Amino acid sequence: MLHPVPTLRETPSQTAGPYVHIGMTPNFAEIRGIYDADPGLAMLTPDTVGERIEIVGRIVDGAGSPVGDAVVEIWQADAAGAFAAPMGPNSNSAPAFSGWGRQPVNGDGVFTFQTIKPGPVAGPDGKPMAPHVSLWIVARGINIGLQTRLYFADETEANAADYVLNRIADPRRRQTLIARREEGALPRYVLDIYLQGDKETVFFDV
Amino acid sequence: MSSIMLPGADGALYQRDHSWHPAANTPGYKSTTFRAPRQPLLAIGATASELTGPTFGHSMLGALDNDLIRNYSQDGTEAIGQRMIVFGQVLDENARAVPNTLVEFWQANAGGRYRHKKEGYLAALDPNFGGCGRTITDENGFYSFRTVKPGAYPWPNGGNDWRPAHIHFSVFGHAFAQRLITQMYFEGDPMIWQCPIVATVPDKAGIDQLIARLDRHNTTPMDSLAYRFDIVLRGRRSTMFENKLEGN
Repeated sequence: MLHPVPTLRETPSQTAGPYVHIGMTPNFAEIRGIYDADPGLAMLTPDTVGERIEIVGRIVDGAGSPVGDAVVEIWQADAAGAFAAPMGPNSNSAPAFSGWGRQPVNGDGVFTFQTIKPGPVAGPDGKPMAPHVSLWIVARGINIGLQTRLYFADETEANAADYVLNRIADPRRRQTLIARREEGALPRYVLDIYLQGDKETVFFDV
Repeated sequence: MSSIMLPGADGALYQRDHSWHPAANTPGYKSTTFRAPRQPLLAIGATASELTGPTFGHSMLGALDNDLIRNYSQDGTEAIGQRMIVFGQVLDENARAVPNTLVEFWQANAGGRYRHKKEGYLAALDPNFGGCGRTITDENGFYSFRTVKPGAYPWPNGGNDWRPAHIHFSVFGHAFAQRLITQMYFEGDPMIWQCPIVATVPDKAGIDQLIARLDRHNTTPMDSLAYRFDIVLRGRRSTMFENKLEGN
């Protein structure tokens, strides 16, 4: 198949700025009455299949300070490893699990998602990738959204064979993407994200 | 059909040109100093996790979601300021329209004041202006909204830095790897060329792509000016998405 030569340049990125919440999470910014609820706030419906989990992370800058004004979006497969199909233009029937969430961090730089543990998705080599959640982080001082992934510490075998983790040359840096599991009424996976420095998280060019 | 997606296969996105986008660390914009990764980004190619993305149905929208003049009105009074329509087309690098994608926007009021608890600028809030809106592109990739022109405002970067009038945009596209946040500026504004955030874009032609044009043909006489701002997302090697829309 012949492919067209690209004719346009991508619109350059700019920082989301410190007031990103006005547009992306207006209710969190105490702008009420425009949207019923902030988009992406609730990922689960009663019909969502899968193990309920909480994902918790803290975003830290290169000086060790919490990044208190970030917004995080996640995108993930469902428990069977399938991504939600595109919605039709006039669709009223949202899927039982949309796979997308958006949360602002609190003043300590901490974000929390209530979601399900995703199933494995086929990788570019045809083999299953380990279960993972894609993250996209924007904030004041971040000129272009940062893409990374969260993997699960209790998936040791799958993580060892994962297509993306194995492209990280330094095995110590692979650990920056693996969330530890804490037991509780709702199992939680905890991953701190370091934007810069000795413990710097691996960010991707996707 | 196989689900294997080799790099360069149909449906893959063109590589993002990071020399066209701002670098992570741009010292003129001081907040980037401790928020820019020092390690290079790791190129992983796009897997299914990046080539898919959330989509939104038009039914999520409220009737006033794309009318910032009225969507926060407390008592029917419209927002104060220069009335405008902002519109444009969302395209990909192949100049193909991106239909049915969510576009979000937010801005300060006519005096340059944001409705945000962390904002302390002395310019007054407008009780009837919230500053956010959203819409979904039509089948030809077009979006539009009604608003008032935002004012310039000062910010604590250099000793006397002012942001040019701007509107923030968030666009989804149809793949998580197309996700984009940017800012729109206004044709002729001399402050564009003095702004350290604008200056993070390395190429003048890239900056020019962020400047909306006054469009006299689309003004509403005796009511609103019109500015056109087209947005380009990363292109794909094939029309996989269009095929998908039809139900594969």
